[in-house]
Amino acid sequence: MIYVNNLSKSFGDHLVLNNVSEHIAPGEKVVIIGPSGSGKSTFLRCLNLLEQPTSGEITFEGQLITDKKADINKIRQQMGMVFQHFNLFPHLTILDNIIMAPVHLKLMTKAQAKEEAMRLLEIVGLTEKANAYPGQLSGGQKQRIAIVRSLALKPKVMLFDEPTSALDPEMVGEVLEVMKGLAKDGMTMVVVTHEMGFAREVADRVLFMDEGIIYEQGTPEQIFSSPVNERTQKFLRAVL
Amino acid sequence: MVEWVQEIVDKFKFVFLEKDRWLLIAEGLKVTLLVTFLALLLGLVIGMLVAIVRTSHDQMKKDNVRGVARIFLGIMNGICKVYLTVIRGTPVMVQLLLMYFVILVSAESEITVAVMTFGINSGAYVAEIFRSGIMSIDKGQMEAGRSLGLSYVTTMTKVILPQAIKNVLPALVNEIITLLKETSICGAIGLSELTRGAENIQSATYEALFPLLMVALIYLVIVMMFTALMSKIERRLRESDLR
Repeated sequence: MIYVNNLSKSFGDHLVLNNVSEHIAPGEKVVIIGPSGSGKSTFLRCLNLLEQPTSGEITFEGQLITDKKADINKIRQQMGMVFQHFNLFPHLTILDNIIMAPVHLKLMTKAQAKEEAMRLLEIVGLTEKANAYPGQLSGGQKQRIAIVRSLALKPKVMLFDEPTSALDPEMVGEVLEVMKGLAKDGMTMVVVTHEMGFAREVADRVLFMDEGIIYEQGTPEQIFSSPVNERTQKFLRAVL
Repeated sequence: MVEWVQEIVDKFKFVFLEKDRWLLIAEGLKVTLLVTFLALLLGLVIGMLVAIVRTSHDQMKKDNVRGVARIFLGIMNGICKVYLTVIRGTPVMVQLLLMYFVILVSAESEITVAVMTFGINSGAYVAEIFRSGIMSIDKGQMEAGRSLGLSYVTTMTKVILPQAIKNVLPALVNEIITLLKETSICGAIGLSELTRGAENIQSATYEALFPLLMVALIYLVIVMMFTALMSKIERRLRESDLR
């Protein structure tokens, strides 16, 4: 589904991604772990070109998206993204947050979009918040809405950039539950997270990144129980 | 005591009512409001465009985008910068006189000259107000909009600007109030606006206090009404901020 070829990204002189190649298969749940500053968020943000790669190629569904002629807006409609800080639109109601993109992009009529939004809100248990503003919601609720907002476009893959890192501890669970539900429904997911429990339970594959390189990867079993790489061992000792 | 009051009433009657001189003030008020309104519209349009060019250019530069769009925006940005420097660096009075005697010398009416001058002048200040508003919005908002497949322009108009305008409303009100009062120099090009109305009454009656006090009061009342209106609007816009 997504092929990454020799991807490098530098900010000024600072090399953040160092020649990364990777493949994400349809339906696969990939969890990326690693210390902060390891380039894992940058890697994720390169996948939908929120960061412009310095060099390398990314292919999505057979389309070379790093090509200058690629219609990045069309591609992003099929790649949902969830941010650490939710990034809901504070001036719009929850419902308008959700239906804005599908309606504006003419993927659905307003009525269809509303119906779909209510269906999704039902799933995350927030139908009664449809007419509230983001400022009136808790962090966990905001993040669940942010997930719904992405899902409203019926994406083929969902990218999660530390979705629970900005949450109070008691709200982490409700967001992870939604993500687990998504995983169960077969969504292709790439998740950058510090939630090792989630990685263990949901991931098909865990990537360990440091210094812009994928040092080690494997099933959660392999990575968490018998990591081979010294850096992985050190990192896991620190977080587990 | 009564004599003293009577004297004021008589003077008031003489200054404003005799020969319908109050009409000078009324007509002047109309001109002042018209010039302010049209100049404001022009200023808002110019300011918005300049602000968007400036921020888009800075964003592109930061993202290290290359190509025709970057070159085009680079040129536009250069023009905008010169515009801001020249307009903000010279007195509006000089700009008005230059417009009247040189640039728009063939213009039919003084109103056109005044609207153009003040519109272009105000645009420079409004541009920087809007720019500060756009920069005040978290960059996550643009990223969220773009990640949903919305274009830069759509995200700008639907997500960033509505929030930015809300944030800069107080500064914008400031600018509008200044604009209204600055139009009082239009007498210099022979435009019969509000202040000029007072001056005309003064030269006809040799009374300075009454007409000047009157126009001062009118300016004050307009500003107060406008401020009240805007704080009402601001309160309504802030409703979504309830936490």
